Amino acid sequence: MKVRVTVMPKSGVLDPQGKAIGHALASLGFAGVSEVRAGKVIELELAETDPARAKGQAEEMARKLLANTVIESFRVELV
Amino acid sequence: MKAGIVIFPGTNRERDMAIALERVTGAKPQVLWHRDTALPEGIDLVVLCGGFSYGDYLRCGAIAARSPIMRPIADHAARGGLILGVCNGFQILCEAGLLPGALLRNAGLRFLSMDCRMRVERTDTPFTAHYRRGQVIRAPMAHGDGNYIADEATLDRLEDEGRVAFRYVTEAGEAVPEAALNGAARNIAGIYSENLRVLGLMPHPEDLVDPLMGGTDGLALFESLAAAA
Repeated sequence: MKVRVTVMPKSGVLDPQGKAIGHALASLGFAGVSEVRAGKVIELELAETDPARAKGQAEEMARKLLANTVIESFRVELV
Repeated sequence: MKAGIVIFPGTNRERDMAIALERVTGAKPQVLWHRDTALPEGIDLVVLCGGFSYGDYLRCGAIAARSPIMRPIADHAARGGLILGVCNGFQILCEAGLLPGALLRNAGLRFLSMDCRMRVERTDTPFTAHYRRGQVIRAPMAHGDGNYIADEATLDRLEDEGRVAFRYVTEAGEAVPEAALNGAARNIAGIYSENLRVLGLMPHPEDLVDPLMGGTDGLALFESLAAAA
């Protein structure tokens, strides 16, 4: 079962990468981009076939390693 | 004092650290491997050095913080053992939960490789007894992710409990925001654990311990440790 974990900087946490991307977009002439936040996507192929359990496993992985919950939030979805 | 230096894949400042430790103890520190599941008998001080453990994959220090040796290191901390984490070592201590907060990408996005000035906030700790309170010392820094952050409540608690070890300051010793080139909250360059036995900091005191290196501002930290253990 494939699971996708999306990790994003928490709102309020400075995201200099997002800011730099925003500046680059502006210099390419893309107007009207008010904010850019950059995170990461991690896809997991799990042996578990039960959707709820697979999601639970991925959430535990995110809490223990994939995200640093001091600065990041995460979302788990089945794909 | 018996010191041990941990080597992770990608650690690269262990030689500098060994020189600094040998200078004050007269003995070569033991080398500890990241896959070890126990610390050698009688180790007083565990040191996590700078570098790019695991290529900074996922987050700086994230993978190293979950490697086998970190379990006995957490036990060492729980027993009141001394731990020093410099640069990537500081990042690893935060990722392992042995120190609060996290280190974000530098606010200006640039890798900073230059000297900084930091102020010694207190001298009644095993790491700083040989400094003067409020002393401004020079230390080289070399990092891309040194922007210390924690939530406001944690920052307040660190201040209240006197756990800010070093702050980035101007040459005159003022902790103005411009002095924290990496953007660190409240100019924090280094912090202590609750019992003041674990120190993590971004700059490299081990790189200024001999006049041949251009200065000895970092030496007192190692002399303090040697006298404490």
